[in-house]
Amino acid sequence: MIFEGYHPLDKTMFQVMDEEGNIIKPEYMPDISKEQMMEMYQLMIQTREADLKALMYQRQGRMLTYAPNIGQEAAQVGSAFPLKKEDWMVPAFRELGAWLTRGAKLEMIYLYWYGNEFGSYMPEDLKILPVSVPIASHLNHAAGIAWASKLQGKDEVTITYFGDGATSQGDFHEAMNWAGVYQVPVVFLCQNNQFAISVPRGIQTSSETIAQKALAYGMPGILVDGNDIFAMYAAVKEAFDRARRGEGPTLIEAFTYRIGAHTTSDDPKRYRSDEEVEKWKKKDPIDRMKKYLMSQGILTEEENEKIIEKAGKIAEEAFKYVEASGDTVLEDIFKYHYKEMTPQLTEQLAEYKAYLMERGEA
Amino acid sequence: MAVINLLQAVNQTLKQEMKRDKRVIVFGEDVGLEGGVFRATVDLQKEFGPDRCMDSPLSESGIVGAGIGLAINGLIPVVEMQFMGFSYPAFNQIISHMARMRNRSRGRYTVPMVIRMPYGGGIRALEHHSESTEALYAHIPGLKVVIPSTPYDAKGLLAAAIRDEDPVIFLEPKRIYRAFKQEVPDEEYILPIGKANIVKEGGDVTLISWGAMMRETLKAAELANEKGIHAEVIDLRTVAPIDQETVIESVKKTGRVVIVHEATKTLGIGAELISIINEKAFLYLEAPPARVTGFDMPFPLPRGEQHYIPSPDRILRKIEAVSNYLT
Repeated sequence: MIFEGYHPLDKTMFQVMDEEGNIIKPEYMPDISKEQMMEMYQLMIQTREADLKALMYQRQGRMLTYAPNIGQEAAQVGSAFPLKKEDWMVPAFRELGAWLTRGAKLEMIYLYWYGNEFGSYMPEDLKILPVSVPIASHLNHAAGIAWASKLQGKDEVTITYFGDGATSQGDFHEAMNWAGVYQVPVVFLCQNNQFAISVPRGIQTSSETIAQKALAYGMPGILVDGNDIFAMYAAVKEAFDRARRGEGPTLIEAFTYRIGAHTTSDDPKRYRSDEEVEKWKKKDPIDRMKKYLMSQGILTEEENEKIIEKAGKIAEEAFKYVEASGDTVLEDIFKYHYKEMTPQLTEQLAEYKAYLMERGEA
Repeated sequence: MAVINLLQAVNQTLKQEMKRDKRVIVFGEDVGLEGGVFRATVDLQKEFGPDRCMDSPLSESGIVGAGIGLAINGLIPVVEMQFMGFSYPAFNQIISHMARMRNRSRGRYTVPMVIRMPYGGGIRALEHHSESTEALYAHIPGLKVVIPSTPYDAKGLLAAAIRDEDPVIFLEPKRIYRAFKQEVPDEEYILPIGKANIVKEGGDVTLISWGAMMRETLKAAELANEKGIHAEVIDLRTVAPIDQETVIESVKKTGRVVIVHEATKTLGIGAELISIINEKAFLYLEAPPARVTGFDMPFPLPRGEQHYIPSPDRILRKIEAVSNYLT
C-alpha cells in the first residue's frame, strides 16, 4: 500500500524512478508489460509532438490560442493509463496527454483550439467530458458523475484534472467535501505545475503541500513526483482500486512543472527565470522514461527517432483535417442549445438567414 | 380530486414523478429528514429512501455541480435551493455549465435537471430571503424559467419541468405556498412549458403577470371591472422562453397593456415584454405600454415590504392611466 507509506503531512514525495531513469523503489514498480510501457512512451511523445506542432501553427497564425502541455506528459499519461473502458474522465483544459491516452482523437482536440465546437463532441463510446474553461467548477461534475455511478451500482470510477490554481476556488472545496461526505468513487488529480498563469503556487495556498488538503475532507492524499510516469501510474492505480472497492475518493498531487507558457497569449519570461526553467528541463518526464527504456533494452535510439517522426506526421495529418473543416455551419450555432429550438431562436435564425439571402451570402 | 395548496401540489408531483421514473432523485439542504424548510419535500425520504432523497452539505455550487454530473451519468436530479437568494453561489454552475453542456458537447451530454427555488417576498423574512431575480436566469440562453401561480399549475408545470430534457429553473412563489387551496386532479398531467395562460378574457386592456403577483393582478382586474374596464389577464407561466404569440394576440385585441412584476423594474421581464410588443404590435397600440413593478432596490426588510410589492390599487391606477390615454 503506497498511501500508507507516504502520508502527506510527512512531506515525502512518492517516486519510483529517479531522474536518471533508475528504478529506486522496485517494490512499487507497476505490474505493466513492456508493450504497455512502449504504449505509454508513445503517448507521451505524441503529446509532445502535437504540442510542438500546435505552437508552430499558432505562430503561423493558423491555430487560435493554445495551451501547451510540455513537461506534464507523465502526469497525464501515467494517470490516465490505468482507466478502464467504463471509467469517466473529467478534464480541465490542459490535458492533451490524458485525452489521447483515454482514446480521444487528436483531430478533436485540435478542432477545439481551432475554434470549432465539434472539438468538444466526444464519441458515444468515450466517457470523457469536454474542455472546461472556468476553473475548478468541473470538479463538482466529477463528484456528481461518480455519485451517480455509486447510486446506480455501476462499476466505474471517475478521474478529474485541475491545476494548483484551482485549489484556491470554492468549487475545489465543495467538490472534495461532497465526494468525502458521500464517499464516491472519484480521484482528484491536481497537476501542480507551479503556476496559475503568472501567480506562483505560494500565492495560491499557504499549506505545505496540496496533497495534505485531502485530510480536511476525510480522504487519503499523496504527493507524487509528477514527472515520474511509473509513480503516477502506481499511485493512481491504487486510488482507482480503492474507489472500485467502495472506499471513496482520493486526492493526488502531481508535482510537476509547466515548461511552456500558460497559453500562447502569455509570456512566462515575465514571471519566472530561465535558470528555473532550465532546472526543470533536466527533469523532463520523457527523457526520464527514455533513459529507463534504453537501459532495459526496450527502446533503441533508432526506434525513438521513428516514434518521434511518426508522432509528428500524425499531428500534421490531424491539423490538415482541422484546417479543411472550415467555419461552423450557421445552423450549428443554433441547434444544439436546447433539444428543440425555442420560438425565439427559430425566429432569430430565420431573420439572420433572410439577411444573408439578401446579401447573396446564403 | 383533492383540494390542496401550492406546496402540497409540489410535494405530490415530486412523489408521482419519483414513482414514475426511478431516475428522478431529490436533494438539497434540509430536504431529506426535515422535508425542506417549507416542507415541500416532506415524506420523500421516508417513502423513497435516503438514496433517492438526501440531505446535502450546505453547498450551493456543490448541489448544482453534482446535479450536472448526476444528469450526465443517467439520473434526473431535482434539486432545491433553499431560497432564490441563496442560488447565487451556484450561479457559475448554472450559467457556465448547466445551461451550456448540451451545446458545448454538441448534444453528446445533456443536463435534464430541475432547480426548484422558493422566490419572492411578502413573508416577513430576513435579508436575502425575498429575492425575485427571475430576469437573471431568463437572460441566460439554455435555461427555461417556469413560475406557477396556482396549485393546479404548479403540478402540471413541475411534472413538465422534470420530464423536460433541458435544464429548468422552477421558481415557487412562497408567498402563496399556503395562501389558498384549489381542486387538483390526483392523476398525473402536464402543462406545456413556454405556453402562457389566459386567466381572464377581456377587450379593454391586457394585464400580464406571473407567480405570486397574479393574485394582486387579478384583484386589480376585478377593481377595474367595477369601473367598467374589462381587462384580459395573462399568466405568463414561463418567463423564458416567453409565449410571444399569446401576448401579441391579446395586445392586438386590446391595444393597451400593463405588465406587473414584483422584481426590480430596470431590465426586468417587463422590459422584454414591452420590446416584443413594440416589435410586433406597435401599430396596434393605443397607449404606451406600462409597468407596475418593484423598485430598483433590494427587497426591503419586513418593516418596509408593504411598499415594495405592487398593490392592487397601484396596479389599478396604472390600468386607468393606460385606459384613459388620449381618450
